[in-house]
Amino acid sequence: MTPLIEAKDLRKTFGAIAAVDGISLAVGKGEVLGFLGPNGAGKSTTMKMITGFLEPDSGTATICGADVQDRPKAAKAKLGYLPEGAPAYGDMTPGAFLAFIAEIRGYDARAAKARVSAAISRAGLGAVVDQRIETLSKGFKRRVGLAQAILHDPPVLIMDEPTDGLDPNQKHHVRELIREMAPHKAIIVSTHILEEVEAVCTRAVIINRGRIVADGTAEDLLRRARNHGAVSIKVREADAARAAAALSAMAEIAGVETLEKADGHVRLRALPKTPVSSAGPVGELLRRESLPVEEIYVEHARLDEVFREITMSAQA
Amino acid sequence: MRDTLRNAYIIAKREFAAYFATPLAAVFLTIFVAATGAFAFYIGGFFERGQANLDSFFAYHPWLYLLLVPAVAMRLWAEERKSGTIELLMTLPVSPTEAILGKFAAAWAFIGLALALTFPIWITVNVLGDPDNGVILASYLGSFLVAGAFLAIGAFISALTRNQVIAFILSATVCFLLVTSGMELVQNTLRLWTPRIVADAVSSMSFLTHYEEITRGVLRLDSIVFFVSVIAFALFANAIAVGQRKSA
Repeated sequence: MTPLIEAKDLRKTFGAIAAVDGISLAVGKGEVLGFLGPNGAGKSTTMKMITGFLEPDSGTATICGADVQDRPKAAKAKLGYLPEGAPAYGDMTPGAFLAFIAEIRGYDARAAKARVSAAISRAGLGAVVDQRIETLSKGFKRRVGLAQAILHDPPVLIMDEPTDGLDPNQKHHVRELIREMAPHKAIIVSTHILEEVEAVCTRAVIINRGRIVADGTAEDLLRRARNHGAVSIKVREADAARAAAALSAMAEIAGVETLEKADGHVRLRALPKTPVSSAGPVGELLRRESLPVEEIYVEHARLDEVFREITMSAQA
Repeated sequence: MRDTLRNAYIIAKREFAAYFATPLAAVFLTIFVAATGAFAFYIGGFFERGQANLDSFFAYHPWLYLLLVPAVAMRLWAEERKSGTIELLMTLPVSPTEAILGKFAAAWAFIGLALALTFPIWITVNVLGDPDNGVILASYLGSFLVAGAFLAIGAFISALTRNQVIAFILSATVCFLLVTSGMELVQNTLRLWTPRIVADAVSSMSFLTHYEEITRGVLRLDSIVFFVSVIAFALFANAIAVGQRKSA
């Protein structure tokens, strides 16, 4: 399968700062790529280069096989783009604005009308079609941007923080929309809301200081957390040393750490060698050693912990 | 080529409508028509001269444009940059050339409309006497060309900044220098410091000299070529500015 979006070794420096320092990625049909990273990591700059708005210092970006710098019109015709902050002409109404977009996208009057009304209903703009965009709420403005991006039903969709500033219901609506379109398109969504990655993305790329530091499914990323699949147990203080020794001796366990001591109990965490739950063997061991356990549970890493681990360790 | 014209036209249409979306259009058109009339009647002494021509009307156009044209041009690109819509515009299947031509055409057409709305003075002079309508037509063309040249310069400067006030002040200053470059004051100063050829070169760039030539009814090719070249050169610089400074 040829990827619909392909970036090869993109680089961009602003003054002395390497904003993007060699980013390559490929996104195929049916994929929704979550683009993550701390503020200032180079997310927006990368997207601006992929959309052809910024010219990279080196490297190339293609959309549906068309290089965005060499064949900009061919590339841009296949692209729907929601820039950061969803800019739109504030003195126009959503209806007039979308009609302008449809016209510039080359639709004749009748087709344009159909496209505009379809985009309006998909983005839920029916109630505000005749209000000036600058008077709309943040949520509606964002939806105007979204309607503009999907108006021509493009095979490639790139959205810079599409749910930023939306209320929970609006976020849900936008995610539904992305999920609905996903099978037919290649989509890149930048976000720093990590739940969004689990909710809509088939793959996540984390970038930090202009470089890709992680690339995989949400599950892959979770596995990178050191505590993923760790077993946490709470035992009496008197049994703690014996339990720790027994756990350390297990083949599946890489190490044991003491988390907290409180009212005569100790909480221990057994870190697995491979990022899968070892609750079964641990439970068996505890029964065999007849160690009384107050609590036992398997830890699940959270994506924001992984995110912090990856991006903070790279900074150190 | 067809595509270029089509896209430029769509952009021009949107831009032209944008002037009328705010009170800008009404304010501008009213003040332009009122000011050209006031200059012609009170300062130019339209009646006192007792001549059936519009010299007193056209003489003040370049000075009026110094203030009014940068006001029309300043928003063209600075506003796009400020609001971020430039990112939207430049990722639509539109080339920078098409966007530049479209925006310039819209603003020029807007000023053309303002100029057309001064038609009562043309009617007046025709009722009162028997003017040379050929000269008047040439003068309208000359005035329109001066406005176009100011506008192209203003559009270029607007693309250099996201601040409309800076765009306005810079454009007005540059246009002022171009208008006055043929005047004694500037020429005398220049001759003190520079070789004759520089002073002559600056003088030949004077808008006023070329404009006065046209308004006298001498529609020489070099004056028209002069203004058209200024417009072309400024729009070319505009294209470079838009390409270079998209991100800043």
